Amino acid sequence: MQECRLSANDLACRRGDRLLFARVSLALAPGGALQVTGPNGVGKSSLIRILAGLARPFEGSVSRIGAIGLLDERPALDEHLPLDKALGFWRGIDEGPMGDHAEMLGLAGLLDVPVRYLSTGQRKRAAFARLLGQQAPVWLLDEPLNGLDTDAVGLIERLARDHCAAGGIAVIASHQPFRFDGLETLHLPDFAA
Amino acid sequence: MSALARILWRDLALFLPGGRRGGTLLPLLFFLAVAMLYPFAVGPDAPLLARTGGGVIWVAALLAAILPLDRLVAPDLEQGFFDQWALRGISEETVIAVRVLAHWLSFGPPLMIAALPASALLGIDAAALRMVELGLLAGTPGLAAIGVTIAALTAGLRAGAALSGLLLIPLAVPLLIFGAGSLSTGGETGIALTAAISLVLAAIAPFAGAAAVRAVREG
Repeated sequence: MQECRLSANDLACRRGDRLLFARVSLALAPGGALQVTGPNGVGKSSLIRILAGLARPFEGSVSRIGAIGLLDERPALDEHLPLDKALGFWRGIDEGPMGDHAEMLGLAGLLDVPVRYLSTGQRKRAAFARLLGQQAPVWLLDEPLNGLDTDAVGLIERLARDHCAAGGIAVIASHQPFRFDGLETLHLPDFAA
Repeated sequence: MSALARILWRDLALFLPGGRRGGTLLPLLFFLAVAMLYPFAVGPDAPLLARTGGGVIWVAALLAAILPLDRLVAPDLEQGFFDQWALRGISEETVIAVRVLAHWLSFGPPLMIAALPASALLGIDAAALRMVELGLLAGTPGLAAIGVTIAALTAGLRAGAALSGLLLIPLAVPLLIFGAGSLSTGGETGIALTAAISLVLAAIAPFAGAAAVRAVREG
C-alpha cells in the first residue's frame, strides 16, 4: 500500500450562516481508523467532504498524503448500464489490476443487471466494488452501512479491518455501531459551536 | 486508453442518438419541425421562403440547442461523478472541455445534415445552402460551448431547465448576427467572424463551466 497520512487542524464548518462544528483536529497514520459519530445533521458528511478536499473548511486546514477514495450515498455508476459496464468505466480510469471484488461483494450474479434495478444495499456494495478497484490508501466512508443487511454489514466491517491492517487509513462517518478493534471515535456533537 | 479518452467515449455514448441522454434526436426533430412549419405559416411564396429560409434555419438551430441543456452536466453532478473525477486528479476544466467536444460531435454534424432536408423544405438555392452549412460549421462549436457552460451554471438550480433557455439566447445572439448575416452579405467575412466568436466561447467554456461545477459542489 502506498504511503498515506491524513491530518486536520482546527477545522470549522459553516452551512449557510450556521456554524456546524469548530476546532476539530485529527491525525491518522497508516493503519489508523476513526469513526465519526453523531446524530443526523451534525455535520458528519460535511466533515468527510472537507477531508476529501471537495469542500472548503470555514477555518482550519487538512493535509493529505496518498490517494483518497470516497464512498457516499452517490455511487457514481451510470444508471442505465449493466453493473459490469458501469464498474468497467472506473476500472478503466483507475487502471488497477482486475480484481474479483464483485464476486467477493456478492455481486457476481448481478453483473448484467442495469444499475437502476439494483436495491439500495446492492448499490452500496457496487459502490464498494468501485472503491476497492481504486486501491486508494485513504478511505473516507460516509454512512457505509446504510441499507445493508447483516451479512453485508459484517463483510464491510471485515473489508475496513483488512484495509487498515494492510496499512491503509479509514474514516467512517456513521451513526450505526461499527465493529472494529482499535477504532477511535470522534463524537462530533462535542465540537458543535 | 487514457482516462480522457474513456471520459470522451462515455460522453459520446450518452449523447449520441440511441444514447441514454438521447440529447441529439429530439433537437434534430425540433429543428426539422420548425423548417416544416414555417412554409405553412407564411404561405407558398417561393421567393419569400428562399429569401428568409436561411435565417429560419439559424433561428431553428439556436432554439434546438436549448433542448439538451438540462442533461449535459446536472445528472453527473447529482450522481457524484464530478466528485470521483476530482479525487482522481482529473480537473473539472478537463472534464468540461471534453464535454464541449462530445456535445458538439453529437449536435453539430447531425444538425448540418438535417439542414439539407430543411433547405429543401424552404426552397433555398445551392449557394445559400453552402453559406448556411459553412455558417453552421463555424457557429455550432460556439453553441455547444455556450450550452455546456450554461448547463454547468444552472446545474444546482431547481428551475435550471427553464432558466438555461433564457440564458442561452442573449449569449448566442452574436453567433446569429454574424452567421445569419453572412447569408445576406454573401461574404465569407461573416463566417470568419462567426468562427472567431466560436473559438472565444470554446476557450472560455472549460474555465467558466469548471468554476460553476466547483461552486455547486462547495455550495
